[in-house]
Amino acid sequence: MTTTDNTTNAPLEGDSVLSFTDLDVKFNTEFGRVHAVKGISLDVKPGEVLALVGESGSGKSVTSTSALGLLPRNATINGKINVAGKSVDTMSSKGLRKMRGDDVAMVFQEPMTALNPVLTVRTQMVEALELHGKAYGKEADEKAIELLRMVGIPDPERRLFQYPHEFSGGQRQRIVIAMALSCDPTVIIADEPTTALDVTVQAEILDLLRSLKEELNTGILLITHSMGVVADMADRVAVMYKGDLVEQGTVHEVLMEPKHEYTKRLLDSVPRLGTRGETPPVESDGPKALEVTDLVVEFHRQGKTPFRAVDHVSLSVSRGEIVGLVGESGSGKSTIARTALGLIPAASGEVAILGEDITKMKRKPLKALRKRVGVVFQDPASSLNPRLPVGDCIAEPMEVHNVGNKASRREKVLELLDAVELPRAMANRYPHELSGGQRQRVSIARALSLDPELLVADEPTSALDVSVQAAVLKMFTALQEQYDFGCLFVSHDLAVVDMLADRVVVLKDGEVVEQGDRERVLRNPQEEYTKRLLMAAPVPDPDEQRERREERHRFLEEVGEREHGLRIDDK
Amino acid sequence: MSEENRDTAMQGAPEPLPHAGGDIDDPKFADKSYSQGQLVRRRFFRHKGAIAGLAVLVFITLLAFTSIGIGPIPGWWDQDFTKTGTVVNGGKPTMGFFHFGEHPFGQDTTGRDYFALVMRGTQISLVIAFVVGILSTIIGTIIGAVAGYFRGWAESLLMRITDLFIIIPLLVFAAVLGSIASGAGIWALAVVLAAVTWTGLARLVRGEVLSLREREFVAAAQAIGTGNWRIIFRHILPNTIGVIIVATTFAIASAILLETSLSFLGFGVQPPDISLGSLISDYQTAFTSRPWLFWFPGVFILAIALSVNFIGDGLRDAFDPRQGKDG
Repeated sequence: MTTTDNTTNAPLEGDSVLSFTDLDVKFNTEFGRVHAVKGISLDVKPGEVLALVGESGSGKSVTSTSALGLLPRNATINGKINVAGKSVDTMSSKGLRKMRGDDVAMVFQEPMTALNPVLTVRTQMVEALELHGKAYGKEADEKAIELLRMVGIPDPERRLFQYPHEFSGGQRQRIVIAMALSCDPTVIIADEPTTALDVTVQAEILDLLRSLKEELNTGILLITHSMGVVADMADRVAVMYKGDLVEQGTVHEVLMEPKHEYTKRLLDSVPRLGTRGETPPVESDGPKALEVTDLVVEFHRQGKTPFRAVDHVSLSVSRGEIVGLVGESGSGKSTIARTALGLIPAASGEVAILGEDITKMKRKPLKALRKRVGVVFQDPASSLNPRLPVGDCIAEPMEVHNVGNKASRREKVLELLDAVELPRAMANRYPHELSGGQRQRVSIARALSLDPELLVADEPTSALDVSVQAAVLKMFTALQEQYDFGCLFVSHDLAVVDMLADRVVVLKDGEVVEQGDRERVLRNPQEEYTKRLLMAAPVPDPDEQRERREERHRFLEEVGEREHGLRIDDK
Repeated sequence: MSEENRDTAMQGAPEPLPHAGGDIDDPKFADKSYSQGQLVRRRFFRHKGAIAGLAVLVFITLLAFTSIGIGPIPGWWDQDFTKTGTVVNGGKPTMGFFHFGEHPFGQDTTGRDYFALVMRGTQISLVIAFVVGILSTIIGTIIGAVAGYFRGWAESLLMRITDLFIIIPLLVFAAVLGSIASGAGIWALAVVLAAVTWTGLARLVRGEVLSLREREFVAAAQAIGTGNWRIIFRHILPNTIGVIIVATTFAIASAILLETSLSFLGFGVQPPDISLGSLISDYQTAFTSRPWLFWFPGVFILAIALSVNFIGDGLRDAFDPRQGKDG
């Protein structure tokens, strides 16, 4: 593929490659009509990135799906959709199939599910090429290799014949992008392309996408909820709220001088690295809330040596202190949290809760100890039993430990609902009737029902929208001051940890890279890995983000790693 | 971050539909939310086939139990199914379009009223079917839940036993055990049939439990210190109730067929008890000369099995609307 041959289907310079005019989408459900998109107009020009921003349920994915003609049958679509000068709404299904891939391609959120796990990368890439008549047989193989090399997959001749599971998450996303590029589309729709990836990988994928628009003049509709990604990538930004377009403008206009109330609130709630000043260290005496010494956790694999997920980790949490446990996926942070809760056995080492080692404890005393530990998990949708009303859910720990009688439990439940700022009437609702943020408040209320001395929070806000996250974190800090528990706070988001934690532990591949006071670790990191993490975290300010990006590229060159943008051979 | 900010969070809150993004136009539904049970009931009562099935089943059950009565309680039909009499009109059914006549379903060779006999057979077949359905559900659920939750040796042992039950042909197994037990009456027969038909449900429940036990709410319950049995009965099994109810209805339908086929083969219900299957078996030779002796119990078997299956279909659609047709 070269830059010249996409002139065949690229429209004239200045024309938009993708445009929506008064798009209006309604869904007929068994509860009546749901108005998902309420008459919005957008357009994407060649070589431009338009970021479509909004929280979950704002209609951003519905908008992008409509461009591919892939909305479910119960959708009623009004308005005009134009892709590369062709009208989508009047297209036959054959025309639609040709358009998908030829004119518009999609990059999905989850690279593992976007690739078929039982087919090799070659089969999937060649299929796309052959279906659209771009190349056949040997020629298609060569083209696929060229595409893989272009997106920065090393040794593409060999790796073409591998299966998706043999690639890392970032590489899989590169393959998905390569497939999207295979038919020289004039516009790419990227639906949360980096949400499932770690920050350092996210930065690489964003670099790759940026080079697409620069080198190939492709228009990109980028759907995201992360303001940092917007600042890093976008030329223009459109903000959606409940199906309406509330604000549209250049990235500087929207991020630096937001006009609409909602945009302002949204930007206010984004946690920012480095905005919190110095805090006094927490002092406390008596036994530590949690003390992990030389912990090793291994997972047994059939016919192989056990996998060591946690390797000689030592850390401690004092009472009244929040310790942030930071790392990328696979670093063992959740494993440590679960081991601290006694859900996963330790291979060796000690886990002492409030001075008592739980690794060698019998069942009875362990149950008594668990009374003093609370837990909040990541996904509020799955951490509450869908068949229990909220009130019963919060009362469950008290019931298990036989605390109080029915009336006093009820009293406590109502008190906790007040504490997490939920209406008391919520006690009779079921979890599925609640929003994500409300569910997470319920989880927190449940964790606090026995006045724990230690709280283990495993990514409690990463499944939430930013504005909800901000509210939950604010409440969390207030509760921590009120109840004064020690907290092990697991997160991949450095900005969140910066907001909350007193001390920070950085993990990589099951080992502690760096630990110390928040101030020192996040402002003045000593280790290369910590620096790398900090640099990769995007900030919601386009100018600052550009500086950070350039700084990161300099740093990576210093340590001898070149970032791979798009590589186009000069043939 | 101000009070305002929190309001934004709460504003986006009421989202009763998992798939719905924007606002719901119809004000009737805008702020109404349903519990899981209400949703299921709503969908079930919209399923025409299931409602028809339910109506037929209720009608047959009422007819069977009120007409000839239960035990000592007499019913509204004056003929007794044990009493022989003179054969009137060659035993042909007297039922017409608008009248019942003396013997609506006719008489058998010894002059017994066939309507009373069929009703008695229906009673027994229904009792056996429901007892088998419920008992096998209980056995299957417990075995499946224990195997799925505890894993390890308990799972290996229980699932190998399940496999053992599955590889023996059901009809042969039931026939051997049934002919031993049926001497002790229909209740013993029902228990024996339940003891050989729980296997499908056990596998189904085990599968469900395997996936549920990895959910975070189970980990949360464990971290609180909840005991294993409480986790199984309070946290896991209530979440499998849909699968279990649906499987139970189909188990009842197949129990009817199993019992009738056993009785037809002579291994099931033994005289003096009668079931629909044994009626067919007794009069199979009369098929050419007195076809009604064959048709009436046959039609009842068909009607019961079909209606229970329809109810099962409706329940399945109600519990899992994503399965089946688009909507």
